Amino acid sequence: MSAVIDTHGHGHGHEHDHHGGYGGIMRWITTTNHKDIGTMYLWFSFIMFMVGGTMAMAIRLELFSPGLQFFNPDLFNQFTTMHGLIMVFGAIMPAFVGFANWQIPMMIGAPDMAFARLNNWSFWLLPFAGSLLILSFFMPGGAPGVGWTMYAPLTVQMGVGMDFTIFAVHLLGMSSILGSINIITTILNMRAPGMTLMRMPLFVWTWLITAYLLVAAMPVLAGAVTMTLTDRHFGTSFFNAAGGGDPVLYQHIFWFFGHPEVYIIALPAFGVVSQVIPAFSRKPLFGYASMVYATSAIAILSFIVWAHHMYTVGMPVTGQLFFMYATTLIAVPTGVKVFNWVATMWKGSLTFETPMLFACGFLFLFTMGGFTGLVLSLVPIDIQLQDTYYVVAHFHYVMVAGALFSAFAGVYFWLPKWTGKMYDETLGKWHFWLSMIFFNMIFFVQHFLGLAGMPRRVPDYPVMFETWNRISSIGAFGFGLTQLLFLYIVLKCIRHGEKAPQKPWEGADSLEWTHLPTPAPYHSFETPPVLK
Amino acid sequence: MASELSADARERDNRRLLTRLSIVAAGMFGFGYAMVPFYQAFCKAIGAYSLVERDAAPANTQVDATRLVTVELDANVRGLPWRFKPVAGYVQVHPGQLVQIEYEVSNEREAAVTGQAIASFGPEVAGRYFRKLECFCFTQQTLRPGETRRMPVTFVVDPDLPQGVGTVTLSYTFFEVPGAAGRT
Repeated sequence: MSAVIDTHGHGHGHEHDHHGGYGGIMRWITTTNHKDIGTMYLWFSFIMFMVGGTMAMAIRLELFSPGLQFFNPDLFNQFTTMHGLIMVFGAIMPAFVGFANWQIPMMIGAPDMAFARLNNWSFWLLPFAGSLLILSFFMPGGAPGVGWTMYAPLTVQMGVGMDFTIFAVHLLGMSSILGSINIITTILNMRAPGMTLMRMPLFVWTWLITAYLLVAAMPVLAGAVTMTLTDRHFGTSFFNAAGGGDPVLYQHIFWFFGHPEVYIIALPAFGVVSQVIPAFSRKPLFGYASMVYATSAIAILSFIVWAHHMYTVGMPVTGQLFFMYATTLIAVPTGVKVFNWVATMWKGSLTFETPMLFACGFLFLFTMGGFTGLVLSLVPIDIQLQDTYYVVAHFHYVMVAGALFSAFAGVYFWLPKWTGKMYDETLGKWHFWLSMIFFNMIFFVQHFLGLAGMPRRVPDYPVMFETWNRISSIGAFGFGLTQLLFLYIVLKCIRHGEKAPQKPWEGADSLEWTHLPTPAPYHSFETPPVLK
Repeated sequence: MASELSADARERDNRRLLTRLSIVAAGMFGFGYAMVPFYQAFCKAIGAYSLVERDAAPANTQVDATRLVTVELDANVRGLPWRFKPVAGYVQVHPGQLVQIEYEVSNEREAAVTGQAIASFGPEVAGRYFRKLECFCFTQQTLRPGETRRMPVTFVVDPDLPQGVGTVTLSYTFFEVPGAAGRT
C-alpha cells in the first residue's frame, strides 16, 4: 500500500478494505471512490435522459397532428423548456463527467481523483438540482415555459417555478465547476511517472480542455441567472428596459456561456470517439498532436462566436460579419478532427462491434450537423432560418448524434472493463441500427420543416406540415422505445454477461486495458504503473 | 515524475491548484457582471443604445418637401394604473422637418407612481432615422394621485429614411419603475 492512497483517501483508513465502512445505500452516499462516483453519475444521467426523453415524447405526441390535442400551449412550452434543460444539464453533461470519473484515473495511472470527498459532493448536488427542476412542474404557474435559454424579459414574469429553475442551475453550475477543478487537478498533478502530457490518451486531453471551458463558462451562466433572480425579487433592472436595463444584454451573457457549453458537450464526445476509432481500426490515432491543437483551437474560438445565436437582435452589420467569420473559422479545427478520424480508419483492420458502429454513426451524423451549422453561421441564411425546425434539426444532429451516440459508444466500449462482463453483441447492434434509423426519421425531416418555415417551440402548425411531422413523431416514439433496449442490454450485461477478458478489444492500448485486470479492481494503481 | 513526490507535497500542489482555479471561477462570475457596464459603454460608443437618450440632430437638415411620411402614434402601459394616449392619432411630416407632438397621461391611482416610457418603432429599421430631440421618455415620470399631464416629443425624421418607408409607427410603453419614490 503506497503513501499515495493514504493521502487521497483523506484519512479514511477504513476505506482500504473493499467497499468502505458502510453497506447498502450509505456506501453510495459516503463513497469517495472514483469508480463508484462515476457509476452514480452515469445512472443519474440515464434517469434524467429518460425523464427528458419522456418530455420529448410528449412534445412529439402533440406535434403528431396539427391543432391542439393533448396539452395546452403553456404546458407544451414547459415541456420544451424542461426537455432542453434536463437533457443538457441533467443527462449529457453528467454522462461525460461519469466517463471522466471512471476513466481519467485509470487512463493516467492515478489511484483516484485528486479531491475524493469534493468529488462525492459534486455528484450529490445533482440529484437535488434534478429534483428542483422536476418539482417546478408542481409549482403554481408550472415550470418555466421560456425555452431552455431562459431569455429575459419572459423569465422576469414567470411564476415560482422559475426560481426553482434558477436555483437548480446554480447547483448544477456549482457541481460542474467543482467537478472540473477536480479533473484539472487530477490530470495535471496525478499522472503516473512517464505519463507526459503528450502521451495522455486523447479522451484525457479533451476532458482537460473541457474542464477549463467549464471553469470559465459556468460562472458566467451563474451570473446571468443570478441577475435574473435579483431582477425578479430585489428591484434590480439588469434586463428590465424600464429601469435602464436591456433584455438583449441577457442574450449576450447567456450565449457567452452558451457557446462554450456546446463544446463542453462536444469535446468529451470527441475524446470518446478518439479512443474507440483507433481501437477498432487497430491503428494508432492519426495526427495525435494535431488533434490536441485542434481541440484547443476549438475551445479558444468558442469564446468569440457567441453572438451567432443572436444575429436577429439588431446588431450592427460589422458585428454580424465578425461573428460570422469567427464561426466559420471553427470549421477548420473541426475539419482537422473529422479528417483525422477518417485517416485513422484508412487502411485499418476494421471491425464493427457496437462501440465502433456508434462511433461511425457519430462521425457521419456529427459531420452533417456540422455542415448545417456552417449553413446557419451565415448571416443572410440564418435570418431566414432563425427559430425554425432547421435549427432544431441542426443542434439535435450535434447533441444527439454527436454527444449521445458517442456516449453509447463509450458505454459499450468500457462496459466490459467496468463490469467484467460482455454485453450482448447482437442486441448492441440492434440498438445501434434502430437508433440510427429512428434518429434520422425524427430529425432529417425536420430540415425540410424548417426550410418550409415551421417555427420551433409552437404546439400547433399549418396542415401542410403534417406529413413530415408524423414521420418525425413516429421516429421519436421508436427512438424512445429503443433506449429501453439499451437499458435491457446494460442490465443483462451486469447480471448475466459472459466473463470478459482483460483486453476484449484487440486494438485498445490505453492503461486501463494494458495494465489492469477486468473488471477493474475497486482500487487501481495504488502503486503507479511503470511506463516504458 | 509526479508520483515520486511525497504525499504532503502532492497534497500541497493539489490544494494550490484548487485555490487558483477557484479564483478563476470566482473571477468569471464577476466577469458576467462586468459585461453589464461594458455592454452599455460599447453600445453607447457605437450609437446603438439610445432608447432613453437624446439623439444627435441629423447631419442633413434639408427639409424634403417632396416626401410625406405618416407617423402613427401608439401608447401602451404595462403594470401601471395610468391612462396614456397620444393627443392626435397620427401626424404627417416632411423628412427633415422639426415636429412636436403631445401625449397625455393620467394617474388613476390614489398614490404617486413613477414610470418610464420606452419607445419602439415599426418598421424596426425606421428607428435609426427617427431622431428624438426632446422626449418624456428621457426621464422617469412621477405622477401625483389623479394628476393628468401633457408631455411633448420633439423629433426630426432623417431625410435619409429609406424611400420604401411611407409609414412609421412610434410606440411608447410605460413601465412602472419598481422601488421608485412614487411607490407606496
